[in-house]
Amino acid sequence: MELQAYIPAGLAVVLAVGFTGLLVALAVLIGPKRIAGEKEVPYECGSDPIGSPRARHSVRFYQVAILFLLFDIAAAVMFPWAILYDDLSVHPDGGASLYGFGIMLVFVSVLVVALTYVWRKKAIGWD
Amino acid sequence: MTTGGQIVVIIMIMGGALSLAAGLIWVERRLLGLWQDRYGPNRVGPFGILQPLADAIKLLFKEDWSPPFADRSVFLIAPAVIFATALLSLAVVPVAPGIGVVAEWNVGLLFFLAMASLGAYSVILGGWASNSKYSLLGGLRAAAQMLSYEVFMGLSLAGVVVLAGSFSLAEIVRAQADLWYVVPQFLGFVVFLIAGLAETRRLPFDLPESETELIAGFHTEYSGMSFGLFFVGEYIGIITISALITTFFLGGWHGPLLPPLVWFLLKTLVLIAVFVLFRAAMPRPRFDQLMAWGWKILLPITLINLLVTGAVVALP
Repeated sequence: MELQAYIPAGLAVVLAVGFTGLLVALAVLIGPKRIAGEKEVPYECGSDPIGSPRARHSVRFYQVAILFLLFDIAAAVMFPWAILYDDLSVHPDGGASLYGFGIMLVFVSVLVVALTYVWRKKAIGWD
Repeated sequence: MTTGGQIVVIIMIMGGALSLAAGLIWVERRLLGLWQDRYGPNRVGPFGILQPLADAIKLLFKEDWSPPFADRSVFLIAPAVIFATALLSLAVVPVAPGIGVVAEWNVGLLFFLAMASLGAYSVILGGWASNSKYSLLGGLRAAAQMLSYEVFMGLSLAGVVVLAGSFSLAEIVRAQADLWYVVPQFLGFVVFLIAGLAETRRLPFDLPESETELIAGFHTEYSGMSFGLFFVGEYIGIITISALITTFFLGGWHGPLLPPLVWFLLKTLVLIAVFVLFRAAMPRPRFDQLMAWGWKILLPITLINLLVTGAVVALP
């Protein structure tokens, strides 16, 4: 029963990937192959390329990648909270409870402190 | 449902999306023409309606050039990834009660988020594998933009999950029978719409492509069907995001009088028109403005939305 639910998804994956593969294969089979000198060089508006694109250069926003990891893990924690929220809001004796809201308030407060720190350190800006 | 029936449903949904994408390309070009005081495509078929078909045939018969300086295997796979993931995201969308590939799936929402994240790889890898400076810059921009906007794309849906109590998209639509979530989750709706625009790299978020500064950004070196896959993948992405906004916030198939499928298509088409209007009406922001906007405005709004939703649900 559990695995049954995945069969249509598996079929969808096979069909989507198969169709994509078919398009790529058709294009490679049908399309012409011509060799011309200009095609062997990366496009840079007609001038000859200077240096390699693999050379070192300054990547702005590299800190954002690190921040993304942290905040996305936070998001991964929030999804279980969201789906269990109804259960967390009911007191064991019946009646409403603020337990679920309380834990999220604490969690978001920590996140806000972190965001403020990052903001003040100018990790999200250009300079 | 039998396996044969499932295959028919999958082919109908994916085929429908592909035809809609072709129609969308024509509609967008005609509308842009109208708004920019020119004709747009009007030669192939009545009103140029067969133009996308002609383009597809042309792209198939053009050379699919993978340059010798590129990383060939990655270069070939990258456009296929965005096309396949965009098609697959549609699998979790319930188009009408009981019709959808895996609409009842209890991980539907997470599956969509996973596909959206995988789609981002395509642009980044395509930009890197091209081994051209413009492509690399486009790919780097795509990386930073995706990383930033993916965080709140997920979080803006947490409010919907709290209200519906389920990850299943069919369940979320059924929970909106009385009230569409666009009302209690208005902030979530706005953030998801913006994150969706960023995810599909449409104006005003087309910085990875930005043809006025980076030639064509990440797909500068692409040609033939590989370019076509990037191009159609973008349009299928718009359809997917519109269908998902309809599902999460606009009540999916719910509506009076007309059949459910018609309501679903109608809402999706209106959202697609909004996406086209955005492209015609909005300028492209500077890159640091884009990033600052995401982290300093949208992320706090999302967190506030989550807390307010929690408070309203918990307090009787």
